[in-house]
Amino acid sequence: MKDTIFTITENKKIAKDVYRMTLKGDTEEIKRPGQFVNIKLDGLYLRRPISVCDCEGDTLTLIYKVVGKGTRQMSLMKERETLNILTGLGNGYDTSLSESTPLLLGGGVGVPPLYLLAKELISQEKKVTVVLGFNTADEVFYEEEFRSLGCDVTVVTVDGSYGKRGFVTDALPSLYSYFYTCGPEPMLKAVYQKTDTSGQLSFEERMGCGFGACMGCSCKTLTGYKRICKDGPVMKKEEILWTD
Amino acid sequence: MDRLSVTLCGIPLSNPVIPASGTFGYGYEFAELYDINILGTFSFKGTTKEPRFGNPTPRIAECTAGMINAVGLQNPGVEKVICDELPKLKKVFNKPVMANVSGFSLEEYAYTCERLNSCDEVGWIEVNVSCPNVHSGGMSFGVDKSEAAKVTRAVKKVTTKPVILKLSPNVTDIVSIAKACEEAGADGISLINTLLGMRIDLKTKRPVIKNTMGGFSGPAVFPVALRMVYQVAHAVKIPVVGMGGVSCAEDVIEMMLAGASAVEVGAQNLIDPFACKKIIEDLPQAMDRHGIDRLEDIIGKA
Repeated sequence: MKDTIFTITENKKIAKDVYRMTLKGDTEEIKRPGQFVNIKLDGLYLRRPISVCDCEGDTLTLIYKVVGKGTRQMSLMKERETLNILTGLGNGYDTSLSESTPLLLGGGVGVPPLYLLAKELISQEKKVTVVLGFNTADEVFYEEEFRSLGCDVTVVTVDGSYGKRGFVTDALPSLYSYFYTCGPEPMLKAVYQKTDTSGQLSFEERMGCGFGACMGCSCKTLTGYKRICKDGPVMKKEEILWTD
Repeated sequence: MDRLSVTLCGIPLSNPVIPASGTFGYGYEFAELYDINILGTFSFKGTTKEPRFGNPTPRIAECTAGMINAVGLQNPGVEKVICDELPKLKKVFNKPVMANVSGFSLEEYAYTCERLNSCDEVGWIEVNVSCPNVHSGGMSFGVDKSEAAKVTRAVKKVTTKPVILKLSPNVTDIVSIAKACEEAGADGISLINTLLGMRIDLKTKRPVIKNTMGGFSGPAVFPVALRMVYQVAHAVKIPVVGMGGVSCAEDVIEMMLAGASAVEVGAQNLIDPFACKKIIEDLPQAMDRHGIDRLEDIIGKA
């Protein structure tokens, strides 16, 4: 973990309520895809945890959806403004376990962390299939970006206004060696039930600190109590215990 | 002679800054970030006889200048704390630690305190009386002076280390409870624990916290905490540890002027993991600005 100041280089709307912010700063502590950063915003007490979409050199890319006060405030920020950010939080995805044909399943703002993951899997010469799920056409983002990396991309929307109609689990390919997913919990549960390989799922919870101190975001797993922020947010399929 | 040093229940502290229980785990995670030996001491995660998961999530909510938590005393249980956590801590912390204890019956309090009393690493035992008493319909021990006194006596009977009673602010008269603890043998009082609070999510029209309510802390509670520290410090002869919304060196000075012999820092650790380090480093300059030579001299001078 590192406490650093980043400077915004771009903050742009890329879909309905969805923004992409690129920043420059010390990214040294960001070591794996699926990690997150925790952002301090003026006038708001708790930091805002946002997953890392991309990280290359000193450039950090975050994609976030405006869902409340904090993200609304972020969306109004301009180039050259600075943010205090705790970087390198969470365990991230383990790319060593996926063999040759991994499947990536993202829902809504669960899509961003899969981008850096896809990039890393492709660099390991794996054949990556991506299924991205959104509610409607105007919420779709990053289809082309994943395709440019060399992924096989399918987009689904719940209302059928773009791509295939349905959920990500309606578009599972017939063959894949392993899966990685991030999205709302009902989607994670459906993915858990409908996939027939091993995999890793990234969870979300209201956090206090984001670095393991407050125990605010704990969950029960088959391997004991875990803190989503520090021991997660990525959990292996084999350890997950659905509580309700 | 160190300008920052103070004494708490007979044990010297190099400075009065103490991370509060529940915001610092068992210490070693912060030790990855900085040398935690710079702290006066710290109060470790509230420990109970049995392991606890705590309350269902969500158990965190944001507020203006603060937060609500309803973690519910998640901890691995006293035996694991003694066998696993304290040995890990010993590698990175060479000062006496403050052991924070909770219980749901007098027997549990006594058991856990007796176990921790046998640990060399433990300097003080801080007893959280804000927990519900399972034998009296779940009413908190800390809201009734005779119950708080019973906990004090039960713990004092089985310990030789200084016992500090950590009081709940959710009471009509905190002074009478502090006095009852003092009369029952408490060696110190710490306050305030969190204020009972609540938030509602406008999207779902339901409470944000799964358990509906939780403990409110952060800078917003500082004036309330300061007032209670002032009242209690003027009413008891035993040392008082002040806490509640402390987030900078000036807040530490204010708490001490109100009567605190040492000061705990809670929620601020969660939004700034380096908060206590910064406060300790800032204290000498803040003292210079306000013409304070030694912190020990200003205790209760307001």
